[in-house]
Amino acid sequence: MALEAKVEESHISDPLLAEGKARLLGAYLLMWKIRRYEEKVEELYSLGKVHGTMHLSIGQEAIPGAWSLLIEPDDYLISHHRGHGHCLAKGASPDFMMAELLGKETGYCRGRGGSMHIADVTKNNLGANGVVGGGIPIAVGLGLSIKMKQEKRLALSVFGDGATNTGSFHEALNLAAVWNVPVLFICENNQYAMSMPVQRAMKVAPFERAKAYGIPSAKVDGMKVPEVYAALKEAVEYIRAGNGPYFIEAVTYRYRGHSKSDRNLYRTREEINEWRKKDPIDLFHTYLIENNVASDEELDTLRNEATSTIEKAVEFAETQPDPRCEDLLEGVYAP
Amino acid sequence: MSEMSFAQAIRAALTEQMRKDSRVFLLGEDIGVYGGAFGVTEGMLAEFGPERVIDTPISEAGVTGAAIGAALGGMLPVLEFQFFDFILLAMDQLINQAAKIRYMFGGKVSVPMVVRGPAGSGTGAAAQHSQSLEALFVHIPGLKVVAPSTPADAKGLLVSSIYDKNPVIFVEHKLLYKIKGEVPEGEYTIPLGVADVKREGKDVTVVATQIMVHKALAVAEKLATRGIEVEVVDPRTLNPLDLNTIVQSVKKTGRVVVVHEAVKMGGIGAELASSIAESEAFEYLQAPIIRLGGQPTPIPYNRTLERCAVPQEEDIEQAILRVLD
Repeated sequence: MALEAKVEESHISDPLLAEGKARLLGAYLLMWKIRRYEEKVEELYSLGKVHGTMHLSIGQEAIPGAWSLLIEPDDYLISHHRGHGHCLAKGASPDFMMAELLGKETGYCRGRGGSMHIADVTKNNLGANGVVGGGIPIAVGLGLSIKMKQEKRLALSVFGDGATNTGSFHEALNLAAVWNVPVLFICENNQYAMSMPVQRAMKVAPFERAKAYGIPSAKVDGMKVPEVYAALKEAVEYIRAGNGPYFIEAVTYRYRGHSKSDRNLYRTREEINEWRKKDPIDLFHTYLIENNVASDEELDTLRNEATSTIEKAVEFAETQPDPRCEDLLEGVYAP
Repeated sequence: MSEMSFAQAIRAALTEQMRKDSRVFLLGEDIGVYGGAFGVTEGMLAEFGPERVIDTPISEAGVTGAAIGAALGGMLPVLEFQFFDFILLAMDQLINQAAKIRYMFGGKVSVPMVVRGPAGSGTGAAAQHSQSLEALFVHIPGLKVVAPSTPADAKGLLVSSIYDKNPVIFVEHKLLYKIKGEVPEGEYTIPLGVADVKREGKDVTVVATQIMVHKALAVAEKLATRGIEVEVVDPRTLNPLDLNTIVQSVKKTGRVVVVHEAVKMGGIGAELASSIAESEAFEYLQAPIIRLGGQPTPIPYNRTLERCAVPQEEDIEQAILRVLD
């Protein structure tokens, strides 16, 4: 009896568990979809079916997994070049994302954008950005429009550690602070800007930089969904209450190289393997089991569902039409 | 019709549209109490308040990105650059972002924003406050470029630019701000991509932009007393470019001088001259096309040097006489 009471108490103190089983399993499924999607596009690239390069976020799934539970359909998203996971977390269909990576006319960007520029306007996902740091001021502008129109939503700006060294980042954070706009900044600190380690690139951590501009911030273990979620929940509540911007730095790790040209010369196999022991999906799996949210069998079923969703997305994408040269100029200018 | 200056005409366009449409708002450095470095937004803070006349920190890239975001969020931002030269601090936002967002996203969003500000030489402001950079933007698919020469054109074109669904670079030559002209009463628009024949003539066509329109008109007036009838065509917008009006004029006169203040090499004049040469007007040409443009130098400070760095009336007159020779 005493033991049961204790368990209940810990459930209450963990805000993530309060989301309930269905939503937690939804986040778990999402994380597997992200991983399976990226494993699949990597495979398609090696088969020559994906035309351009891509940036994989495998190892970083806890972050979109966590924010998918807190970000509403109405909220805006501005993401970055390593953005497949963000796209899925904002509700994009793997079918049309896969069609875009195969350069198809029915892809989200009609085959004009590819991996680095997927946007799903219907879900207020205003796109990944190919220029590091370039999307951050745009997110602040979305925040400004929200404020001017007195809307209830927020703008989510996601970027990496590398972006925090750009002028765009610093100008945007200062503007967000002085304008007091509803923007949630998430820095996915995967510890390398291509080959440049964070330690050599900055003396002040991203979340400290945010503080310097007067923006409340926190640093969390980006491999652990509950930790990321708890910090984000506080941030989102703060923003939605009309208090202005908030900044979260989530420390994470990408298992794959920066892009397809990466030969991993700047880090060791041992380092990668150490991080793989803290795999965000494995950790979340264990968390769900330990908290009696789901059984191994249920979670295995979800993993298999993710695998088959992505397989079907490939089947869908491969049957889609290619864009035509006659339509090359469509979309350059709005009529 | 009422007489107003170029700066007043721009202010009138902004004021009328801000009264009418809550989506329209201004951002820029010192555009509030200060009224803008050239006084264009004078008095607008008092009418519209700091929420819609937003004085920004000196953060050109950040503020340009913010204007893009606001446009994506359904607003109609008009961003003032204090000097056009400072636009170079925001090139990533304008060229990699604003110009490409629509296309990259499959034509499913638009970025309706105006970037405006003072360009050009003639005030002794030297190399970093005097450039004519419009050709850089003409080269970028996804951007539109507007460069008016009269108060009436400035007002009508600015209204069209505000409601255009694309990012528009609106160039204001700073020597034009005090020029006065008749402006139609009330609200009106001038469509982008329509040139204007500022003076009709049968002997030679001068295609001139911005401040050069006024110089060309002064020369035309002078040569008229010698029986030379000069037609002055102002493209008004550089992208989209109304080639048809220019081609028709050249077919009529058979002779053409193209003149702008921006550096001649790689300037819009090169585009105009080659487009004329590629067109049906080629067979009507009775002399080679002459291009006039800025010298290949940064704009110098010294008054005499500054003057000889860009085409003057005497240069235009000589070019006309040469093309008629």
